[in-house]
Amino acid sequence: MNLGISRDERDGWMVLAVLGDLEMGSAPDLKRAVIAALADGADALVIDLGAVGFIDSTGLGVLIGALRRCRANGAELQLVCAEPRLRELFASVDLDRVFELHVDVAAATGVAL
Amino acid sequence: MNPESMSPSSAKAGDVVLEIPARAEYLELVRAVVAAAAHVDAGIHDDRIEDLRLAVSEATTNAIRAHATLGSDNRIEVRSNVDGDRIEVEVADRGPGFDPESIPDLPDADDPSRLLWESGLGIPLMRQLTDESAWESDNEGSVVRLIVYTSSYLRK
Repeated sequence: MNLGISRDERDGWMVLAVLGDLEMGSAPDLKRAVIAALADGADALVIDLGAVGFIDSTGLGVLIGALRRCRANGAELQLVCAEPRLRELFASVDLDRVFELHVDVAAATGVAL
Repeated sequence: MNPESMSPSSAKAGDVVLEIPARAEYLELVRAVVAAAAHVDAGIHDDRIEDLRLAVSEATTNAIRAHATLGSDNRIEVRSNVDGDRIEVEVADRGPGFDPESIPDLPDADDPSRLLWESGLGIPLMRQLTDESAWESDNEGSVVRLIVYTSSYLRK
């Protein structure tokens, strides 16, 4: 039930690529990864949800927490989420207005820093 | 549905009943069983099964949290019933209960306080994803009843 999370540098962004279901049992893994990335000095983060098949409200909550932490640290945060059902999920609780959802990592890291 | 009878109903012939320990490790099993039970009726659109799968996962997550607040090792019951044109799932816990009327509305997405809203999305999601949702709760536990109509291809 743990998430696979890999870290990669790209064009000044730190990309956290997440693999697995983002829910109650696994969401704390992502929270820890974001805290660790900020502690390591990242000032521009991408969370890539391209290999995530399921997100629930706990997972959405951790993403909101990630955005709050990034803003508190003066860091940028972009999300990659191309799957239509997951994009609908963000929209159903208005989070499409809180996050910009990019279709791939290149689009996310293309955002001007 | 008779609103007077929200307590866990007795088993019906078509029921699929799953009892789980109140642990996050069992969420995936609950989602799989509910989706498989819904698939027994081939007429149900896959998108609606996905909606129900997420809504039931939310209800079960809340049930697991409710048991955790009591340190209870009681089990959680998830009952699925496919009956004609509807799928009904009940999630029953033995947690401390809550007041369903006390759930605050989400702040608007433009409201800066929305970023403090890391929890509390579960009930709004369950309402959105299902055709009917109802809660009954007292100090001996809570029952969530979620209904999706097989004829409704689109969400509300």
